[in-house]
Amino acid sequence: MKCKSLIKDLADYFDEGIDPALRTEIEEHLAKCKNCRLVVDTCKKTIEIFCNSEPAPVPTDARARLYQALEKKLRQARP
Amino acid sequence: MSSAKLDPLEPQPRPSQVVKDDEPTLVSAAKAGDVSAFETLVNRYERRIFRLSQNITQNKEDAEDAMQEAFLKAYEHLGEFQGNSRFYTWLVRIAVNQALMKLRRRRPNVVSLDEEVDTGEDLIPREVEDWGPSPEERYGQTELGQILSNAVADLDPSFRIVFQLRDIEELSTEETAEALGLSVPAVKSRLLRARLKLRQKLNRHFRREANS
Repeated sequence: MKCKSLIKDLADYFDEGIDPALRTEIEEHLAKCKNCRLVVDTCKKTIEIFCNSEPAPVPTDARARLYQALEKKLRQARP
Repeated sequence: MSSAKLDPLEPQPRPSQVVKDDEPTLVSAAKAGDVSAFETLVNRYERRIFRLSQNITQNKEDAEDAMQEAFLKAYEHLGEFQGNSRFYTWLVRIAVNQALMKLRRRRPNVVSLDEEVDTGEDLIPREVEDWGPSPEERYGQTELGQILSNAVADLDPSFRIVFQLRDIEELSTEETAEALGLSVPAVKSRLLRARLKLRQKLNRHFRREANS
């Protein structure tokens, strides 16, 4: 496996359901190639950092508007 | 609606904890007319739906409107929710549609999600450096949030939205494809490019030498 084809196969490697033979091939390449290993590690870290990032609070005025609109909607829906 | 729900200091769930086991119970109660159950759902997901809308529209006003319309539509159409997917996934799909409408209205020539991705682009990363064990801990939460938000904002919209749904909102590849009307291979291709581009953008902040 060459570096270029490994990069193309990363879409499957990061997700479930990769063909086991392809996974083995990728892992064999990673064991030998420091550059690809760093790309894979930093890519995994990128996903992890975004996945764990906290959403900022909704701005107070936007939140107040949202709840006002909802309250109006819920009141309309009540019998 | 109770004022307690408006408390901005109320602890918010972490993304990985956001879909809780009580969601189906809350949805059933809301469908049966329990207003407080719907309030709980809104309270639980408002930050995530706002971030989603903000990342898609890249405009604060549009993001606020998209978030509001998404929750109102969700309430209006709650009776049509069959429970075949998670409520949160269903809500995300509504919010994506609202946000995309805003984006297309403001930038009609920019967004076509189903455009072919340029496969001639060289995907081999140019900068390959080690980041060390916990690079994000070198930054405060606000600064880190700004770095991530800027990196996402720089992405092409069709990459940005796929990345947002798949890696931030944690939808499956199939759910992402369904929400955006894309094929699974198209989602995978955009996702890979988004991840590699973001990795490159974060590299200058997170490589070992940064900040040293």
